Amino acid sequence: MAPQRFQVTLEGHGQANVYEGERVLVALERAQGFGQLKNLPRRLPVGCRRGGCGVCRVRVLAGAYDSGPMSRSCVSAEDEAAGLVLACCIYPRSDLFLRLETPVVVKAKGERALQPV
Amino acid sequence: MAITGIMRPGFIQIRVLDMPAAIEFYTKRIGLHQVTEGPDGRVYLKSADEFDHHSIVLRRADSAGVDAAGFKCVKDSDLDHYEKRVTDYGFAVDHVKAGEQPGLGRRIGFTIPTGHRIELYAESEQSDPKPRTHNPDVWELEPHGMAARRFDHSLLYGPDVQGNLDFFEKALDFRCAERVDMPDGVFAIWMTCGMKAHDIAFVKYPEPNKLHHVAFELENWQSIGHAADILTRYDISIDLGPTRHGITRGQTIYFFDPSGNRCETFAGGYTYYPDIPTRTWDETQVGKGIFYYERQLNDAFLSVVS
Ligand code: FES
Ligand SMILES: [Fe+2]
Repeated sequence: MAPQRFQVTLEGHGQANVYEGERVLVALERAQGFGQLKNLPRRLPVGCRRGGCGVCRVRVLAGAYDSGPMSRSCVSAEDEAAGLVLACCIYPRSDLFLRLETPVVVKAKGERALQPV
Repeated sequence: MAITGIMRPGFIQIRVLDMPAAIEFYTKRIGLHQVTEGPDGRVYLKSADEFDHHSIVLRRADSAGVDAAGFKCVKDSDLDHYEKRVTDYGFAVDHVKAGEQPGLGRRIGFTIPTGHRIELYAESEQSDPKPRTHNPDVWELEPHGMAARRFDHSLLYGPDVQGNLDFFEKALDFRCAERVDMPDGVFAIWMTCGMKAHDIAFVKYPEPNKLHHVAFELENWQSIGHAADILTRYDISIDLGPTRHGITRGQTIYFFDPSGNRCETFAGGYTYYPDIPTRTWDETQVGKGIFYYERQLNDAFLSVVS
């Protein structure tokens, strides 16, 4: 049986198809490749895709999902309970509405590290 | 040159979120073998081309990253020697009993300016599988997966890289094979204690004690290509490559383990001797230094760590 297809909406940026059992971040990366995500700050924040680095953090505004292990240094138990999760560690059970919550410190780190002061 | 004192990277202990997934990844895909599981659940791995008991230690934890990087010394009295050197430098040294990691002798440990824990030890039992020493074949046990020949080095991120440079040179007798300097000071260093272009490297980063990658040595460029085939076949998360580093000249792929710890397959790299001057890079060419073919850093190089 073909995997069920859902739609994930990334607030302010657009929509992507995501399939049952698929990491939501991977579906968003694919949509970015197809030019379906607009007005991103830079590119979609993608790092390890495995829950260790935290750059793909999103807030789930609506929808049901399953999740895999996420590094606690990126998402606390309270964050996770409140729907602040790593997009690479969630799998859709319904259509999803997400807001990017890239940790500011992480995004700025590289830039700052390379900037002559 | 005779290698004295600290000889080479011996082991690295990393934290994983899902132990069965980590074991499958490091054994079936990287090509290591599981030696044993300790009473506290830590899992010990090695390449069949390594003699010592283990080189990779996996610890189940709620956050990914690195616990400690261990370096092997030539002889037990080196531990006393470096305990004095490190203490005289002004850093506290602690002691870990023999057997705390199965097969390893006593260790000394200390925290370096980037916030990482470094350990030194001199004794290790051997474990199977290992190479034969009399009339040996090129391999005793047929390689599998990416056919990693050894744990090669690590790259760690933290704030005080200048502090590490000074400490590794003055207290541990490492040499700096290559460095990147930015207008505001040293940005990255590649340190060697033997004849490899690097045994450990550091990049400046605001948060202490971060892991950028753990590297495994493969035989050649062809092996790197095979590793890339494995990454795609098993849908392993890739960062960049296959490509080459200008710094060290190593051929490489960056990818991630199932807990988001970055791994590297590394082949080639030049031979280092203590009389070779430090190679230096500046801001204008740092892209070429890190990724020689792309000639620019990708977004992840400076921002994705565990
Ligand atoms: S991309 Fe690293 S945690 Fe999701
Ligand atoms: Fe490396």
